[in-house]
Amino acid sequence: MFDRDKWQEIWFSIKKHKLRTFLTALGVWWGIFMLIFLMGAGKGLDNGINRLFGSVAKNSVFFSSWKTTKPYDGYRAGRYISLDMDDIEAVKNQLGHKIDDISPRLDVWSAKISRNGVNYDLRVKGELPVILNIDAIEGFEGRFLNELDVKNRRKVAILGKHTAEKMFEDIPLDSVVGQYLNIKGAEFKIAGIFRSTIREMNQAKEAEEEVFIPLTTAQQLTNRGSRIHRFACTINKDHDIYAVEDEILALLKERHHVAPDDKRGVRSDNLAEEFAEIQGLLTGINLLTWIVGIGSLMAGVIGVGNIMLIVVKERTREIGIRKALGATPREIISMILLESVSITTVAGYLGLLSGTGIIALFNFALGDGGLEFYANPQVTPGVVLGSLFILIIAGFLSGLVPAKQAAQVDPVVALKDE
Amino acid sequence: MIEINNIKKSYKTGSTELQVLKGVNMHVEPGELVSIMGSSGSGKSTLLNVLGLLDKYDSGSYLLNNVKMEGLSEKEAAFYRNRFLGFVFQSFNLLPFKTALENVALPLYYQKVDRKERLRKAEQYLERVGLLNWKDHYPNEMSGGQKQRVAIARSLITEPKVVLADEPTGALDSVTSEEIMALFKEVHASGMTMVVVTHENEIAAQTQRVIRLSDGLVKNQVPVL
Repeated sequence: MFDRDKWQEIWFSIKKHKLRTFLTALGVWWGIFMLIFLMGAGKGLDNGINRLFGSVAKNSVFFSSWKTTKPYDGYRAGRYISLDMDDIEAVKNQLGHKIDDISPRLDVWSAKISRNGVNYDLRVKGELPVILNIDAIEGFEGRFLNELDVKNRRKVAILGKHTAEKMFEDIPLDSVVGQYLNIKGAEFKIAGIFRSTIREMNQAKEAEEEVFIPLTTAQQLTNRGSRIHRFACTINKDHDIYAVEDEILALLKERHHVAPDDKRGVRSDNLAEEFAEIQGLLTGINLLTWIVGIGSLMAGVIGVGNIMLIVVKERTREIGIRKALGATPREIISMILLESVSITTVAGYLGLLSGTGIIALFNFALGDGGLEFYANPQVTPGVVLGSLFILIIAGFLSGLVPAKQAAQVDPVVALKDE
Repeated sequence: MIEINNIKKSYKTGSTELQVLKGVNMHVEPGELVSIMGSSGSGKSTLLNVLGLLDKYDSGSYLLNNVKMEGLSEKEAAFYRNRFLGFVFQSFNLLPFKTALENVALPLYYQKVDRKERLRKAEQYLERVGLLNWKDHYPNEMSGGQKQRVAIARSLITEPKVVLADEPTGALDSVTSEEIMALFKEVHASGMTMVVVTHENEIAAQTQRVIRLSDGLVKNQVPVL
């Protein structure tokens, strides 16, 4: 392999046909460049979508209740179903081993929030501390809700960052904790501020408008006993999300005498489903990327193969001379193969570098913010290794046919003097 | 050194079969310098290709250095060409992108001799043909006679059993031809067995024996006095 004469000959052959070699190499270069570029760009889309979801638990299912549409078990249709904490306990008791977290919520409707006599129209939600594991939020200032808040029905509120900024624009954010605000006539102490982990600005802002208070406090404030509006569940990864979702639904329907085929009395939304849909789309785009990338790489490789065929034709006499001097077919084959592998490897490697460079430049230009569905395009090591592997194989394949042709050169014909 | 008995060879062109060698018998003793003559179409080129293991024959037998050259694979043929035979061609057939020295060394490359040793030996042979000063020149910088000298050095470097020369002076003027023939005789004098294919009487006259081919058969073998 590391034989000076062989390399010298390859170098000579390349040097003699600079333009031809350059154009051939350009094909391979472009192929690898496209592959790397498309893969990197695809990864950006992937990252962008993931960013849109933030840290929300992707195995979550949301349950809520509404009006029945079918008479069942002696009850008429059109009855409103109300979920309460007994339902939560029942789910925990019967299906607790299949779920990681369960987080009930009570919305406080038309909550009048005021500070210093100014009213704000905000969404107030009664929550348990466990919501932190499910929703795409994280603590920012102060603390989050805790068990004692829930147990003692404390009048504490955790503000979304956006709300905190809006209501307390006159004081710095870090001194908002400890301030008071009025919800439905009761004074609440602000215990902390949370922020969204969704990195898409508008969605994050919307999430950060919410105000969390302890679930029990919310129930007392609205006079609703142990009533809840909805609850979220994260399904244990050892269990099938859809199966457990159906089990919980069945349990709730049974408890509330709702017909098993009633789609509205008790209903659920599955984030996994939505996520799988997008994931499917991403997989499709990814596949397309590989097909297009490999397609253009193939075009480049076939180009190399074609050129090598011409090279063999041109060098017929030389090959004849070599054979007369004692070159075996194997030595002729390795000579041609080495040349095509060299061209494709060098050109491909340059394509790899430029593709990675462009993606890095893109990433730099996009900065931290990125676009709505797009963030941090990057070339993963897997893609690099994969394309290097394809490259060597491709170089080998492109040289195979011409090399075989070369090995079959008949010295009698090749050496004939016209 | 060479023993050929009843060699036959035919080419198929379309539906007709062309019998080129119709039963050639000839032999060459070790250390002999013989020439093969014949008009074009007499089969002398084909015979040379068979002798040079570049072409296969249909029937008969061929002994080279007492080894039977029969049913050789490509690899075996390459081996015997490299070890037993040296070729000198009418059009020299040097590789244009290699220097004189590298051209001479090339057959040793196929014997896996290492580069340093190869080039050292090539210098010796270039000196023998009087072209050591030209070792770093490329073929296109040399005259026809010089190129043929390089080719002769290349044919000798493997210390072959037989040197086969195909119209070695065909592309040279008469003065240069004489020089090349003088070199051939010198090589022959050192004990080399040589077969020269030519259509020039002056060249044939300088060999020890002339084998005349006509219509695919040996017409006569005349010792040159």
